[in-house]
Amino acid sequence: MSLTSYKHKDVIHRCFRCGYCKFPTDWSSVTNCPAYARYRLESYSTGGRLWLIRAWLNDEIKWSENLAKILYACTSCKNCAEKCPHNFNVDIVDMIVAARTEMVNQGKLPKPVKNFLSNIHLYGNPYGISAKKRSAWVNGYPVQDYTNQEYLFYVGCEGSYDSRAQEAAIAVAKLLESAGISFGILGKDEISDGNDVEMMGEDGLFEELADKNIRQFKELGVKNIITLSPHAYNTFKNRYPEFDGEFNVQHYTQVIKNLIRQGKINPPQLEGKRITFHDPCFLGRWNGEYETPRKILQAFKGAQVIEMQRSRSGALCCGGGSGNFFTDFLGGSPESPSRQRVREAHESGAEILAVACPSCLVMLEEAVTAEKLDQEIQVKDLSELFF
Amino acid sequence: MYKLSFDPDLCFSCETNDCLNKCQHIEIDPETARSERHKIVRGEDSFVLLDCVTCYACEEYCPNNNHPFYLIVQRQEEKGIAPLPEPIVKQGVQVGIPFRGEPVIEKIDKTALNMGVFSSLIPRVESRLFEDLTIMSEDPRKMFHYFCQLMYLHYGKISLIGERLEKILETIAAHEVKKIVHFHDECYGTYTSFASAYGIEVPFESIHLFEYLHGRLEELKEDIKPLGYKVAYQRPCSSRLSPDKHPFVAKIFEQIGVEAVDREYVDENAMCCGSTVLAQKKEGSRQYCNEIQQKNIEDMKQAGAQICVFNCPACMQTLGKPVAQSGIMPLFLSDLCRLAIGEKVS
Amino acid sequence: MNAVYNALIDIVGEDYTSNREEELFTYSKDLGTSPPQRPEYVAAPKNTAQLQEIVRLANREKVAIVPLGGGMTLAGLALPLKGGIIIDLKRMEQIIEVNEKGRYMVVEAGISQGKITSYLKKNHPGLMHSEPGAPPAATVGGNLAIHGQGDLAHPNGFNTDMVNGLEVVLPTGEIILLGSCAVDSGWYTMHPLPNMDLFMGWNGTTGIITKVSLRLFPNKKIREMDLFTVEDENLVPEILYEISHLGLTGDLIATSSELPPMMNRLHSITTMVTGDTAEEIEFKRHMLFDVTLSKYIREGTGGISGVSQDRPRPMVSKSSDWKKGGGFEYVGAIVPVEFYPECYRRGAEISERHDIPYTVLGRVIGSSHGMMFSWSYAFNRADDDTVRHAREALHETDEMVMEMKGTIWKPAVFGQQLMMEQMDKTTREMMKKIKTMLDPNGIMNPGNWEVR
Repeated sequence: MSLTSYKHKDVIHRCFRCGYCKFPTDWSSVTNCPAYARYRLESYSTGGRLWLIRAWLNDEIKWSENLAKILYACTSCKNCAEKCPHNFNVDIVDMIVAARTEMVNQGKLPKPVKNFLSNIHLYGNPYGISAKKRSAWVNGYPVQDYTNQEYLFYVGCEGSYDSRAQEAAIAVAKLLESAGISFGILGKDEISDGNDVEMMGEDGLFEELADKNIRQFKELGVKNIITLSPHAYNTFKNRYPEFDGEFNVQHYTQVIKNLIRQGKINPPQLEGKRITFHDPCFLGRWNGEYETPRKILQAFKGAQVIEMQRSRSGALCCGGGSGNFFTDFLGGSPESPSRQRVREAHESGAEILAVACPSCLVMLEEAVTAEKLDQEIQVKDLSELFF
Repeated sequence: MYKLSFDPDLCFSCETNDCLNKCQHIEIDPETARSERHKIVRGEDSFVLLDCVTCYACEEYCPNNNHPFYLIVQRQEEKGIAPLPEPIVKQGVQVGIPFRGEPVIEKIDKTALNMGVFSSLIPRVESRLFEDLTIMSEDPRKMFHYFCQLMYLHYGKISLIGERLEKILETIAAHEVKKIVHFHDECYGTYTSFASAYGIEVPFESIHLFEYLHGRLEELKEDIKPLGYKVAYQRPCSSRLSPDKHPFVAKIFEQIGVEAVDREYVDENAMCCGSTVLAQKKEGSRQYCNEIQQKNIEDMKQAGAQICVFNCPACMQTLGKPVAQSGIMPLFLSDLCRLAIGEKVS
Repeated sequence: MNAVYNALIDIVGEDYTSNREEELFTYSKDLGTSPPQRPEYVAAPKNTAQLQEIVRLANREKVAIVPLGGGMTLAGLALPLKGGIIIDLKRMEQIIEVNEKGRYMVVEAGISQGKITSYLKKNHPGLMHSEPGAPPAATVGGNLAIHGQGDLAHPNGFNTDMVNGLEVVLPTGEIILLGSCAVDSGWYTMHPLPNMDLFMGWNGTTGIITKVSLRLFPNKKIREMDLFTVEDENLVPEILYEISHLGLTGDLIATSSELPPMMNRLHSITTMVTGDTAEEIEFKRHMLFDVTLSKYIREGTGGISGVSQDRPRPMVSKSSDWKKGGGFEYVGAIVPVEFYPECYRRGAEISERHDIPYTVLGRVIGSSHGMMFSWSYAFNRADDDTVRHAREALHETDEMVMEMKGTIWKPAVFGQQLMMEQMDKTTREMMKKIKTMLDPNGIMNPGNWEVR
């Protein structure tokens, strides 16, 4: 593809590289673009990426592993869109995604990206583990398969396969159970929601996943979906309707908030606990949901809720989006966004770093260990605070 | 050019002097009022032409609906005594020049919502209140193609309104729209009061925002949760051009369960927001602007208002900040209605 | 040359070193009209020690080095005209000390302006620094290297006048301290030691500024912008003079622009009115409008076009996109305030010749001691023709400034040469001597301020 057939050809050159995109809402640092925070070279900033995309499509530079890494290091956290003062800011993430699509089409992908996509293609999950093991997470806990209960609890790949995220999945299931919610899971029939597949530019695979999911949901008569992951929530809510998949989708925090309000769940006393909340990008910036998780935290009596320097629409991404949870282009350094984020949480004085996304949970917990902060701060999914 | 329909005889035979005696900004005894009024009608010099703060109120005060304010502005223009310094007039005149391409014209079958030059407020009409309406133009770059121009009444430039309206009306007519709800009642005033006073043909029917809201709230009655606030209404100058629509404010308040505070600057005695007074040439205008704003806000406070509602974005821009600083929440009336039907307002 | 690359990796680590195409491409361009200039390496040191190592390496290998801050000069001042190593200093961004009562702060020079503003707002709300009009990603070091000004220019002067101490890595790798910090007495003054500042305004050709003690100023609780409009450009200098005589308001700027049409052929004079209370604000506003400017209002030659407007810090500027093409560059000149009318008239003419809507701005520096006047030219990055027009307009403006007896601010190389041609011979020779003395191998941002 040349620049002339690129979807954003009339706009991409309008990025001035002024660098607003590097900042959080309070301008407190230039490290709020996770990829730039990690590498600190201009090529990794959003502006750098856009100029490189244009140069690549314009034949000024050739494809290279490094170029692909620069593109795929973007976590599509949408911080840039939040800060860019121009009216094309809404398209910035898609400018990057569309360039990734071109890399997919040319078959020029870094190995971790190839693995991610081919695992999903072959196994329905990026781990490359058999679908049969998909419900291993329930670990003996009695969770029903979805037949025609009121809600489908869509657990997602991380909650199904990652041992840490599984704990969050169990906690959510127990909470729903305790509140008397009628729900079931898809078990071995569950496949990836496709959110990150689409972010990585694999449109074909995404459409296939969306079709399969929507068909399955419809065949089972699913009307209401509760997701563990904000990523699944985002794509079900915002993308599936375009494929004729209209469902009532809620992130589990939204359900829990209502159950608390209705008195069906009673948050325990957390006397004197200092808790801070890390906004997941696909709940916060992508869906404007900042209050619900905080309302849940406020319901724990005695808990002291602290905000990190960067929060809400200015939150720093954990570095896991757009498949980076697996591809790990941002890992391996004290400046990895997850490690910067846990240092920030620690500086806030919090002893619990609460999250509402299985990717964030795993990313940040690993970062706590890497930072040797295990004794000072615990990473917990919001659902786990109830137990 | 368009000619103002003003009946001198009606004015000469008027016994009330209401236009000037009721004026909040010019101290005048009845005898002087009569003679100054007559001077203005005859086209002679009058201190009123210099002292007028252009608050539009005399349009409402006139018992004969004879358009005294339009006449004052016309005389100001004829005599070259603009109330504002020349650079401010030029700036105002240039503001209305469209410069970002021609508008995209799409046929509108339903009733349209005209945002005028307030495209920035479109997020505020993304609401169930307005879901049956089609926004006439959403593109902020094209908003000056929909500018009602009436603001030039403050600039001593009444002829410019008629001149420019031709093109504006052409643009709106191209949408083939039959009925339009105007978000700002200045637009409503233009296409009803001003157009009729100048014999300008308007190819669509205008609906006042408040009348529309009243009807819509009636439809959404089931969803209204009475708000229970004490509310002051900042009545804008343009509302003086459609006093028959003013009672809808009280009706809406009743529908959404808020209490209109009992205060001095209300209804016919409403106080100008001051935005046009600030820059006037007359000595002491800036301080006078401060003074009326403070009196107005103090009056809201004394009356116990928790919220001040606006129709006019210019009033909001001018008074919103000091109102908020005094502990009263500034809101567009439409936003208050949105709160009542359970919508969130930013 | 892999030796250099490997040595850089040893110094700053692999993640912060590159000789890869993508980084070289990215760092070969700045945001203005300058043609790309390719570096051979990019390195991003974390601290002064690493930077010293890089400088020593460059001396050994006789490789050029170009220090880069936010890269916001627009004039190509941090482009590697002779290849070599681009040193991206933005990782050197620590806040070392804030002395509240002494009203200064010590920072690493790669810190962004936005970070400083944000930090002070949160931790020392009664203090502010002079923030430039550049995007907040601009750095302190970069700003001092080009004699920047900020929103405290009126009445306090250039940002380089607001420095209490410096640490600089010399072209030969030593570290020099300037000001009271040099005698280990803290960072509270540049004086009274003999003046040895040979680094500010030198575009990084004599050393790399690594630490700065910035003077801070009282930050009042309320900061509002007021606007006054006139049509006759000849009135602007006297109005600016009178407002600066009043001495009660801050940042003082006159602007005019063709688009949007509102200010076409009109001049908007903006000034900051600040106060801790409404009374303080109203007193200042009263003195400004009802006393100082009242005669213009009475005559009808000037009028209040806005009061109490918010001007957020940092400012978000969208001026880069006026041609819907993501680019603009400007010539800035330091001129006497009385030059405003001529600057405006001749600038508008140049713009018209190149089919670019004119945009001019004059910011008062000091107490009307001077003015930074800028002529901005927007271009469309994707349209070479508009880039060429903008570049020509910039050159014509440089020439016009010299003709008018102005002084070009942060000139691109073209403007630097114009200035040096007109420069007093002894001054020029001294510049050369200083550079040769400090930078014997000629490695520092070569091509800039080069006496031919």
